[in-house]
Amino acid sequence: MSAITITPIATFRTDDPYPFCPGCGHGPILDRLNEALIKLDLDPAKVVIVSDIGCSGLSDQYFVTSAFHGLHGRSTTYATGIKLANPDLEVVVIMGDGGTGIGGTHLVSAARRNIGITVIVMNNLNFGMTGGQHSTTTPEGGITSTTPLGNLEHPLDICATVGVNGAAYVYRGSSFDSDLAGRFAAAMEKPGFALLDVWDLCTAYYVRSNKFTRAGMEDSMRSWGMEPGLLYERETTEYAAGYREAHEAVVGSPVMSARPIPVDFEATLDRPMSLVVAGSAGGKIRSASRLVALGAIRSGLWAAQRDDYPVTVKSGHSVSELWLAPAEMPLTAVSRPDVLAIISVDGYGKAQPYLAAMTADDLVLTIPEYASLDTAARVVVIDPKSAEKRIPKTSMGLVYLSAALAITNPYPLDALREAAGAGSFAEVNMEAVETGVALVG
Amino acid sequence: MTANTEAPSREYIDGTTAIVRGAIDAGCTFFAGYPITPASGILMAMMREIPKVGGIAIQGEDEIASIGMCLGAAMSGSKAMTATSGPGISLYSESIGLAIMGEVPLVIVDVQRLGPATGGATTVAQGDVQFIRWGTAGGYPIIVLAPSSVPESYSFTVKAFELAERFRCPVFVLTDKELAMTLSAVDVDDSTVAHGTERPEKHEGLPYSWEPADAVEPMRRYGDGDAFRFTGSTHDEGAYITKNAAKVGALNEHLIAKIEAHRDEIEMVDTDLDPKADTIVVSYGVTAGAARAAVARLRTEGVVVSNLVVQSLWPIPETALLDAFDGVQRIVVPELNMGLYGREIERIAAGREVVGVNRIDGGLITIDEIMEAVR
Ligand SMILES: Cc1ncc(C[n+]2csc(CCOP(=O)(O)OP(=O)(O)O)c2C)c(N)n1
Ligand code: SF4
Ligand SMILES: [Mg+2]
Repeated sequence: MSAITITPIATFRTDDPYPFCPGCGHGPILDRLNEALIKLDLDPAKVVIVSDIGCSGLSDQYFVTSAFHGLHGRSTTYATGIKLANPDLEVVVIMGDGGTGIGGTHLVSAARRNIGITVIVMNNLNFGMTGGQHSTTTPEGGITSTTPLGNLEHPLDICATVGVNGAAYVYRGSSFDSDLAGRFAAAMEKPGFALLDVWDLCTAYYVRSNKFTRAGMEDSMRSWGMEPGLLYERETTEYAAGYREAHEAVVGSPVMSARPIPVDFEATLDRPMSLVVAGSAGGKIRSASRLVALGAIRSGLWAAQRDDYPVTVKSGHSVSELWLAPAEMPLTAVSRPDVLAIISVDGYGKAQPYLAAMTADDLVLTIPEYASLDTAARVVVIDPKSAEKRIPKTSMGLVYLSAALAITNPYPLDALREAAGAGSFAEVNMEAVETGVALVG
Repeated sequence: MTANTEAPSREYIDGTTAIVRGAIDAGCTFFAGYPITPASGILMAMMREIPKVGGIAIQGEDEIASIGMCLGAAMSGSKAMTATSGPGISLYSESIGLAIMGEVPLVIVDVQRLGPATGGATTVAQGDVQFIRWGTAGGYPIIVLAPSSVPESYSFTVKAFELAERFRCPVFVLTDKELAMTLSAVDVDDSTVAHGTERPEKHEGLPYSWEPADAVEPMRRYGDGDAFRFTGSTHDEGAYITKNAAKVGALNEHLIAKIEAHRDEIEMVDTDLDPKADTIVVSYGVTAGAARAAVARLRTEGVVVSNLVVQSLWPIPETALLDAFDGVQRIVVPELNMGLYGREIERIAAGREVVGVNRIDGGLITIDEIMEAVR
């Protein structure tokens, strides 16, 4: 006889009796869970029972473990967050068949991810708590308070659904199974997502309305094509562990650290100036604006750009409003631009409100198609065909903005050249700048 | 070419980047979200950046899953954030209530877009200002901060985490398409004020206490110390479901008192008052840009006018507003909705004329429109 005896914790149950109706299957299922927890000899503080809503959702209160009693159908999502944040925890979800309906997408996703949680479905073929309404698992023909003439819907095969979608351990049985505690323990020990569809009796409703009994339960399963037993078992990478492994290499690398822009030039601009470039999506309008802004910042100016484009980022219009200013200025819309560049038919479609507001002090740069624009502003027509080389569509924005800067001279063109040369696509962008300058030079 | 060493160090970033940096500097280690314009930038950046600090980011199967994962992770000790736009806030609704009831710190970014339903995905609006105030059942207080610039997008995100931890509750950062996606020059110093206050925690015992009503109990975390419970049902201090009227009343009064009794720790305004002004402009969020510019321009024209930007939309900074309204006859409230916050101003400013400048066509309110309303 050894001097030390290790006594596993005697029970994970509180002293309180279950609140369920006489004969309800939920109690025996919880007893089997208790046996499984005893068998695995877990620390109750390291076990989190996440319960759903319904009579099944009352379960967690009868255990001495940690618990999370959340919203209807969403238990799997809390369990996922709990496990992801602390993979050392043993996370057990208890839900009713109701939860598999309203939260079905979460079950499928949890199975696909193989997050390391164990889901026990207390499947009594109806909503017990709310008065015996039909659920996703109510058999065809089943009489419930919402299917008084018999259910017309096909019952959900929960096991097949999570099984074909990657779950690591899938078992179907009933509250009467003699080895249920062993199944629970095996499921908890299995890395990855485990689900046990445990059929049981709702004595208050489904049993009464359908003369449904223990004897008929297994036969019924088979007749509906839902075999009992261990249905799927596979080796998988548990998601919380897999995530950590996949990201190990980046831990400790710098987070979006500031990339200060050098100020090497001096601007002449002494008041806020607005430029609008109106073109087509896919034409790198936003990138062109950004380079002009970066050139301004290199010259000690402030800059901001507000972009407008449809959800389909590669078709339709793309309009960029750009502010350059000697001092910080709040974010505002451009109503009357100092310079407007119209470089495509989509852009022209968006130009009207700007054109209407512009005066003789302002400048419009346009492609030849819109040479006879109706505006008070000075119009300069730039024909891209007169450029030495063909201008690619994706350079048009930068070409016209460079031309605008060459005419209005808010800051040294060399600052723009530096900005264009410093980023990606440097060669193309530098060429676009020179083309723009040459076209008006 | 001469290197200007005196010049301040600037970069060119958008509000999305500022929010992500703010979150990570505040100690955020868990993010879950579902893609939606104009909030997707935050999700994508978080997926890339948070693993660098050993945190977890995940794209949920929908918004309900995303916020649910955040709540679970927060109870495992993480500082959590999620981000979406109007359609997603609709799906968060029930879970916002769960965060309130279970007293879970959580930062929720709402990048507003235009209209009901799908509305305008790439179009600015400020239509969610009442929606997020009353976005869940029960009508309990909520904290909402509204940045009006890129630097504020950073600092208010940091602040949101501080308040969420301080009061154990969800805190909204209310922004919009323009603030999130407009690039602007910012002083590098403005976006590197690392904070990251520690979560007040305890390692054993009951997860809740509401004695006195406004006191906030330190958090428990799963796996630390002894077992503890959490529930979204009306509960006692141990998170056991109860219908005991005294307990139920105490819990619900606590949820209100912990915020209402500490409004002074939350309320924020940016005031630019002229004691001689009989007109004041009151704005928030992106519209504050045009308001500030309009007031500046009006003053150069000799118009005497005050300006106030509401930064904590909820709770409403009533004291600061009333102070600012002293001696004022007219209040101009520009907002990208048909007067959703203006009605609160009307209530507080009883007896004074409140003039709305409103727009719901996807455009920003212009400087001219505000100037006209002031004149
Ligand atoms: C969002 C939401 N909708 C509806 C309800 C009402 N409700 C409470 S329990 C329940 C059904 C539970 O049935 P099931 O999951 O099968 O559990 P059982 O009572 O049978 O154990 C419903 C619909 C709710 N709590 N939340
Ligand atoms: S209503 Fe049904 S599920 Fe609920 S306790 Fe009674 S028998 Fe059990
Ligand atoms: Mg049920």
